Amino acid sequence: MTKLHCIFMQGVKKPFREVIDVAWGDAQGAGIKPLTFVRQVLAACLYPQLLDSNRLPTDVKQKARGLLSECHGGSMGSYTDLPGIPQVAREISEYIARRDGGDPPKTGNIFISPGSQWALQNILNLLVHGHGEVRSGVLTPIPCHVTTIESLHSLGGVSVPYYLSEEHGWELQMEELNRALEYAKQVCAPVALYVVNPGNPPGHVQSKKSIQDVIRFALEKRLFLLVDEVYQDCVYADNVEFVSYKKVLAEMGPPFSDTVELASFHSASKGFLGEAGLRGGYVELVNMDPDVIKYACTIFSKDTAPTPGQIALSVLANPPRLGDPSYPLYEMETQQMQTMIKANVRRVHEVLDSLPGISCQPVEGGAFAFPRVDLPPKALQKAKEMGMEPDTFYCLRLLEESGAFITPGCEYGQKEGTYHIRFCIRSPGDVIEDFLGRLVTFHTQFMKEFS
Amino acid sequence: MKMRLFSPRNVRLLRRGPRDVLGSSCGGPCSPSPPLTSPSVPPVALCRALSSLTASRRGLPQKKMSENGISRPKVLTLDTMNPTVKMVEYAVRGPIVQRAVELEKELSEGIEKPFTEVIKANIGDAQAMGQQPITFFRQVLALCSYPELLNLDNTFPEDAKNRARLILQSCGGSSLGAYSPSQGIDYVRQDVANYIERRDGGVPCDPDNIYLTTGASDGITTILKLLVCGQGIDRTGVMISIPQYPLYSAALAELGAVQINYFLNEDNCWSMDIQELQRAVNEARQHCHPRALCIINPGNPTGQVQSRDCIEDVIRFAAKERLFLMADEVYQDNVYAEGCKFHSFKKVLFEMGPEYSETVELASFHSTSKCYMGECGFRGGYMEVINMDDDVKSQLTKLVSVRLCSPVPGQALMDLVVNPPQPGEPSYNCFIKERTATLSALAEKAKLTEKILNTVPGIRCNPVQGAMYSFPCITIPDKAIKEALEKGQQPDMFYCMTMLEETGICLVPGSGFGQKRINEGFVVMTILPPIDKLTILLNKVKEFHQRFTKQYS
Repeated sequence: MTKLHCIFMQGVKKPFREVIDVAWGDAQGAGIKPLTFVRQVLAACLYPQLLDSNRLPTDVKQKARGLLSECHGGSMGSYTDLPGIPQVAREISEYIARRDGGDPPKTGNIFISPGSQWALQNILNLLVHGHGEVRSGVLTPIPCHVTTIESLHSLGGVSVPYYLSEEHGWELQMEELNRALEYAKQVCAPVALYVVNPGNPPGHVQSKKSIQDVIRFALEKRLFLLVDEVYQDCVYADNVEFVSYKKVLAEMGPPFSDTVELASFHSASKGFLGEAGLRGGYVELVNMDPDVIKYACTIFSKDTAPTPGQIALSVLANPPRLGDPSYPLYEMETQQMQTMIKANVRRVHEVLDSLPGISCQPVEGGAFAFPRVDLPPKALQKAKEMGMEPDTFYCLRLLEESGAFITPGCEYGQKEGTYHIRFCIRSPGDVIEDFLGRLVTFHTQFMKEFS
Repeated sequence: MKMRLFSPRNVRLLRRGPRDVLGSSCGGPCSPSPPLTSPSVPPVALCRALSSLTASRRGLPQKKMSENGISRPKVLTLDTMNPTVKMVEYAVRGPIVQRAVELEKELSEGIEKPFTEVIKANIGDAQAMGQQPITFFRQVLALCSYPELLNLDNTFPEDAKNRARLILQSCGGSSLGAYSPSQGIDYVRQDVANYIERRDGGVPCDPDNIYLTTGASDGITTILKLLVCGQGIDRTGVMISIPQYPLYSAALAELGAVQINYFLNEDNCWSMDIQELQRAVNEARQHCHPRALCIINPGNPTGQVQSRDCIEDVIRFAAKERLFLMADEVYQDNVYAEGCKFHSFKKVLFEMGPEYSETVELASFHSTSKCYMGECGFRGGYMEVINMDDDVKSQLTKLVSVRLCSPVPGQALMDLVVNPPQPGEPSYNCFIKERTATLSALAEKAKLTEKILNTVPGIRCNPVQGAMYSFPCITIPDKAIKEALEKGQQPDMFYCMTMLEETGICLVPGSGFGQKRINEGFVVMTILPPIDKLTILLNKVKEFHQRFTKQYS
């Protein structure tokens, strides 16, 4: 089994698709194709001789020329200054202004990095006192993807969990946030609140009211807000809309809008681009002390984002528009992707709703389904005998018996006595269909075996 | 039973990562069901003390006022910020570079200056200075990025297409856009291992010891993170050469490690001196716990290429003093001086026999940013770890997983660097021509720099044996030193700032690199500009120095 796991991690192409990997939020790894426009621009920047041919649409060439003209020596091979290739920084700023309304943020408040988690760790580095008796704490959701928490721990920080409410669609509840903070004060110096919206692993999209509540809480309790919004383009439910923390903050007006310190993270790894391997992400800082920003510059300047990742961000922030030669294809590709994933979500709910012993809160957004599995006592017993968590045991058996690779809820945290599984819904439709088929067969047998 | 100097006791333990969940290391409960998930929880008695500390630490009033006149202190201020961050200065992108950027802006706005362009001769960015990338590499990367190009008939040579296909096959979903395993694409790590074996005359290399990193700096910082632990007199000390590349001092400051300086011998072309190493470590043991020794070979900024004997001496020293060796070898192809040859630390280590090769712990670093490639923007790199304790290695693997993975285009590029076109292949001739041209141009520029600078009274420059920089010593007149100190600047910073304002040439002062003297300063200048531009540059430096000396005499 470990060998299978290793084979997955190596990405070695197997001669037949016996095993399905829907464990990670890696759309392109799962088989979703990259957007043509991104890759054409990237190729032209990499090998500018292509600009002289008639192989590429004019808007691709124009974008590539524009980006290259702002690279030192006209080459992607050069280092870039803070905050990145100037055009990219400007495009991100304009993107934020279009998304949120209001003035474009100063590019000096935007830092581009090799992926959003890298930027997050840099900001944590500014916040966290990791040595000595007083250690900084950050409130983190349960369930939560592991990377941020490990990042925090590696800096010597303390993660203090607040439980999202599964019965209410995994929403964030203020009572629970208050409880967590009160507890935190006893064991660390809480300094920040980390929110993931849309969520990972639960696919909840925060309402505007909930965001307002959190902002008020942050102001009142003096917490720095770290908002991970990498799934902002991944929204599926019809009556739900993503709204950025920054926008809500601005609309709330003073004292909130000019006081609450906020770092908002985004990335080219998710959404329609799915360019996880290119490592392009950024953080926008709002209301940060200008003296601290100077130190942020030093920290970020040591690790500039790779130029391919910056090119991906450029397309994220400034995609083809109506009237551009590449627009029809871009529009078609993104629409097809959205339609397919929405269909995936529908299918997932259809199938899971009909399976006894599994229930799933609505996947409003994000990249995953995080259903709850009601494991029978005999299965719990067996897992205990094998020395592993029950949901790990379930996932292991799933992999062994049906070749489907997913991850267990214990990896993300969950309420004691509950068990979950996580799988990625940003995968090709046929992969999801195949997976669901295997899951149904396996689950039915498993529940029977341990009844 | 091998006794590792560097054991899990020394390493700050990390929680298991997601990729381990189904692996054999999952022995027990892994749910963070207890509310706190930090490695240790302070006792209750301390907690009340903590809350009062919290209040005082965070309550400092700030200048910002809200509408109703109540001051609203920020959560994150210089006082509440992580104190180790304040210690970080990164000279290569420090104040002089900031000023250079400002001047560039002013020039572009049409403001008149005594110069028409700002020349950033401070950073080792070859392509920024006009060096051309290797055609084959860019072709393969373009094909990998947009595989539809594989279908075009005559645009790309067959070998480039084949390579692209091989690389894509090794990527998840056959795309550069998928995550790779945290340690790097297996196929690439295998090619790196093969390269190392060939380079080192057959000394075996296990791909499992290879980690693909985001540039060499990422690998260096990661190893340093593993090494730093302890409090007070047990706090990790890391030996670093002076002059050194500022990444090291920045990383050590950020990690709160103790920097142990050892001076390179200027009179012997910046060679390492074991007696000096011994002096440094003996002195350091009085206030910290030396755990690592960093070597940059070929050197940055000094360019020295260490002799084989010297490397052996260093290895013996590290073994005796129980130090983890970190060998930064990113300039391994940049060797110009006759009689100088690059010897990898690993090769020498293994040729010294099992007494050393089985015990000395070593990490070597390489990158796509330097040599003849100059591909800084891709952030490609690797590190090889030798004789690392198995448990520590799993901690290392966990630590790199926090980065998710290094940029995949950079990994693909590294594959091409370690496995370039071979004789007989369609792209070989062009490749070898480009590589030779770049390296010989660098050699020529190294000699030219030494020659011109040594004609200036008050400047002396050691031969540039390798790497990409010259590190001349400049005599600064007393009056200039006085004015510098009045301005609160180091004399060589003052010299460089003045040069920047008057000529547009941006150099980094040596004090950013740790070297400090009284009436002498050092400056770092790259040898990267094209030869005709470099000649002009060097002559401008000459003129400036003569003017400056006269002005302050």
